Amino acid sequence: MYDLAYVRPGGLAEATALLEADENATALAGGQTLLPVLRARLASPSRLVDVARLAELKGMALDGDRVVIGAAETHAAVSQSPVVAGAIPALGRLAGGIGDPQVRNRGTLGGAIANNDPAACYPSAALALDAVIRTTRREIAAADFFTDLFSTALEPGELVTAVMFPRCAQAAYVKFPNPASRFALIGVFAARTAAGMRIAVTGAGAGVFRWREAELRIDAGGGVADLDDLALPEDAFTSDLHGSADYRMHLARVMTGRAIAAVDA
Amino acid sequence: MGRNFGRPVRRLEDGRFIQGNGRFVDDVILPRQTYAAFVRSPYAHARITGLDAAPALQMPGVVRVMTAADLAGAPDMPCGWMIHSRDGAEMKVGSRPLLASDTVRYVGEPVAVVVAESRDQARDAAEAVAVDYDELPVVVDCGDAMAPGMPQLHPAISDNLAYDWELGDEAAVDAALAVAAHRVELTLRNNRLIPNAMEPRACNADWDAQDEKLTVWMTHQNPFGMRTLYSAYYGLAAEHSLRIVSPDVGGGFGAKAPNYPEEVVVAFAAKLVRRPVKWTADRTEAFLTDAHGRDHLTTATLGLDAEGRFLALKVDTIANMGGYLSTTGSLIPTYMYGTMLSGQYVIPAIHCRTRAVYTNTCPVDAYRGAGRPEAAYVVERIVNVAARAIGVDQAEIRRRNFIRDFPYQTPVLFEYDSGDYEGSLNQALALSDYAGFPARKAEAAARGKLRGIGVAAYVEACGIGPSAILAKLGGGAGMWDSAEVRVNPVGTVEVLSGAHSHGQGHATTLAQLVADRFGVPIESIRIVQGDTDRIQAGTGTYGSRASVGMSATFNACEKIIAKGRRICAHLLQVPEDSVRFADGVFASAATNKTIPFGEMAAAAHAANAFPTREIEPGLVESSFFDPPNFTYPSGVYVAEVEIDPLTGVTEVAAFSAADDFGIIANPMIVEGQIHGGLTQGIGQALWEECRYDPDTAQLITASYLDYGMPRADGLPEFRLAFGCAPSPSNPLGMKGCGEAGAIGSPPAVINAICDALAIDHLDMPARPEKVWRLLHPKAAG
Ligand SMILES: Cc1cc2nc3c(=O)[nH]c(=O)nc-3n(C[C@H](O)[C@H](O)[C@H](O)COP(=O)(O)OP(=O)(O)OC[C@H]3O[C@@H](n4cnc5c(N)ncnc54)[C@H](O)[C@@H]3O)c2cc1C
Repeated sequence: MYDLAYVRPGGLAEATALLEADENATALAGGQTLLPVLRARLASPSRLVDVARLAELKGMALDGDRVVIGAAETHAAVSQSPVVAGAIPALGRLAGGIGDPQVRNRGTLGGAIANNDPAACYPSAALALDAVIRTTRREIAAADFFTDLFSTALEPGELVTAVMFPRCAQAAYVKFPNPASRFALIGVFAARTAAGMRIAVTGAGAGVFRWREAELRIDAGGGVADLDDLALPEDAFTSDLHGSADYRMHLARVMTGRAIAAVDA
Repeated sequence: MGRNFGRPVRRLEDGRFIQGNGRFVDDVILPRQTYAAFVRSPYAHARITGLDAAPALQMPGVVRVMTAADLAGAPDMPCGWMIHSRDGAEMKVGSRPLLASDTVRYVGEPVAVVVAESRDQARDAAEAVAVDYDELPVVVDCGDAMAPGMPQLHPAISDNLAYDWELGDEAAVDAALAVAAHRVELTLRNNRLIPNAMEPRACNADWDAQDEKLTVWMTHQNPFGMRTLYSAYYGLAAEHSLRIVSPDVGGGFGAKAPNYPEEVVVAFAAKLVRRPVKWTADRTEAFLTDAHGRDHLTTATLGLDAEGRFLALKVDTIANMGGYLSTTGSLIPTYMYGTMLSGQYVIPAIHCRTRAVYTNTCPVDAYRGAGRPEAAYVVERIVNVAARAIGVDQAEIRRRNFIRDFPYQTPVLFEYDSGDYEGSLNQALALSDYAGFPARKAEAAARGKLRGIGVAAYVEACGIGPSAILAKLGGGAGMWDSAEVRVNPVGTVEVLSGAHSHGQGHATTLAQLVADRFGVPIESIRIVQGDTDRIQAGTGTYGSRASVGMSATFNACEKIIAKGRRICAHLLQVPEDSVRFADGVFASAATNKTIPFGEMAAAAHAANAFPTREIEPGLVESSFFDPPNFTYPSGVYVAEVEIDPLTGVTEVAAFSAADDFGIIANPMIVEGQIHGGLTQGIGQALWEECRYDPDTAQLITASYLDYGMPRADGLPEFRLAFGCAPSPSNPLGMKGCGEAGAIGSPPAVINAICDALAIDHLDMPARPEKVWRLLHPKAAG
């Protein structure tokens, strides 16, 4: 790790001010992504602004038809929350399947969303459920938030404060774990929402996306078997050591089938 | 079985470890400590055209930068095992300086070292050392290394060929194969593995100029070997002024047995800067530079008669050595491999040819099993291919060919000491409910899953080793082990052992042995290992050789008891030959008086009740044990897998292991060793694979994001059973158990997968996509 400064601000305003004052400062939440990067000397921020304990980024509560989860809530907290379990049971299970207990006890929703790893789990839920990301400056629809690999609509100095997930009892996340990292080689979040069936795929390689053709076919009364011949967006899939684009595409189909089956189970 | 020996005594060292009171090299911080960071080659093959350390020297806290020029007098890294090619020529050793001077041959090869006041300062400065490279083309795959037109790694070594070795009678094998009723052939790879000990390599060297004494703390499996090398070979200090300390060692698996350049460079640096210098590898350095394991490409042919009896086995292997020959790299694919190709079977003729080649990869050396897993994999795979070809059940073909009479001289040098192979097979078939498999397969099929069962039988050579035999095979050093047993005046006991635990629990098992021999509480015994100032000589631990050190300990205890009997004869005033020792008490039929062990110890030191001209005072005895032969543990494993045809994912549904380790000191520790070994072997079969980019020879699997380690949630409950055919090669009848699990399990798992898929072979690891493609050959891509 390169030499750097560490600050733990007392409140969100102070955190924002610190980040806005120094373009080389970086927010630190659970550190489960950032610390390995720093340790490998792949980044050299001037200072870390620790947002993990900010009261403004905490809390999990129902707000009308939405569950509002603070950005600094850990995966463990989300997975154990009765509020989340009552409103969107699939989301709690997704959080409980991230990494291992150590990762879940530290890693946060805000960090996961802001990092937008193409193999991360949360982005698929946010996209499928039409979540809204609340930041220190505005509210952003999930569809507009995840822009590209490891990049989001966040501007420099802007922090995620909470994510608002519409309630959804009929949803399921099915992950095919990468045998090495246990991130998603393919993960599919399927949800029956007021707007119809939603299917979001993560792990394909080029970032999380919705498989709209499949959503339409299911909404039109099709079953899982009707997805076999359906096209997937080819440019969304890339090849690496762990699986070719073709194999990932195949897995996306199989996991979609399993997710839908789980939704309807 | 005694009060302790043979029982599942809880590990005495664990309390310390789980409370964070272990002492590892990185815990050692010396006064005036400095820290080293290595400048490593980012290229796999390049000429160094310039090196400028000046910018680094300007950085804060920098004490010294060392390059090859500062080590001009130091000899190249040695390869410790001479192998001769079939034409009689000595193996060709590519020169490997401590720090690369003109050419680098794998990514991560050390080029320079920075010594600074702190670890971070050393690393910052290491990045500032400017090295100019001219990149050269690379070769990664051992199958390509000898091809015409490939990049040549070492001057004057043509075709990248270190040696072309053979063992066995090729003409006899060819003749037998020519007339065999059945012949099967198989080409397979044994995938390259990265060892991944929990504790990375580390050292801390301290030069005492006043005493001209060098102390090196080093996480290592064989501190004594390092003392010899550092003194006699590198001349860092005289042997009696060189202390190597290997304190608690957090796993080795073979990768902490070689001599590495970094530790030697740090020792030279400590002398140069006259301050202690410490280096602790980070995980990336461990991936890049800890000696890797396996990496063979093999073609094998097995001939059988009409009844399915083996007639001859011919094996042709290309072994990847990496960029240089590591300390025992040359030994692994030859005498640790070709010698094991008889497996558990009567095979009248065997021939093995091994060509060892250089590639632009990390050097390869011993890794859990070291040659023996590669041999077992070849034998146990081709036996199943044969069984399938001639339509005989995989258990039955083994039964038909087992060796039954011991000792058994194989056609490949080794003489097996003892065994009951059919007994282990029967145990394994019972444990796994082999007979019930068809029903389980049908049940799985009903759930849409493909279930398969795989049998594998292994034998290995442990307890290395008989020094005279090893010398004939090219070894240089004696392979005995030592123990000094010191009984203190009030009866506590210290055992100075030349073996060295790196997780195996010697502090417990040696204490169990001594406690029972002396009839004293186990708490009164302390086992001392790993410090060459305390232990005069030893050979360390690898290759499941603790039985050697254990036997030395046993023999030293016998000497103590013999002396105790002589002392007690005087105390009891009875003839010496009437004195018996049992359950911690000396007694004689000639008197009612008895003397407990502790009282004898006190008397030995009081020295006033026996003639000290006949019997010296004190109670210290030592023993060096050189075994007459290796020991030959064996076992039969049965793996059962279930494959999801939609995804290609293989799940190990059940695993049964029936092993024969001879006499067992502590069944709990042995079970732990088996669990660990099976886990590593299943890891090799399903997930682990070291991959280099074929075009650049960059390590692709350089972190746990990409290197698939086995984890508990991917493993079944292991079913274990033990047979016992004691080894005649040591006084305790022990055989060794450290590597067995990693040897027998890869073929068992792959045999099960091939059974499920009804195919002859697939290479490890059985990645989901690979399996899926076999099931869906017409799929795109
Ligand atoms: C071993 C391991 C296994 C894992 N497995 C999985 C898995 O299976 N699935 C999965 O989805 N993830 C997995 N992860 C990643 C994990 O979920 C991380 O917790 C997550 O990606 C980052 O969250 P964090 O709180 O640790 O963020 P940090 O590492 O602290 O920060 C990550 C990035 O987000 C930024 N950031 C943090 N908080 C905010 C905020 N409130 N607003 C704006 N920017 C912010 C930081 O500046 C940084 O750039 C794994 C990680 C590890 C180490």
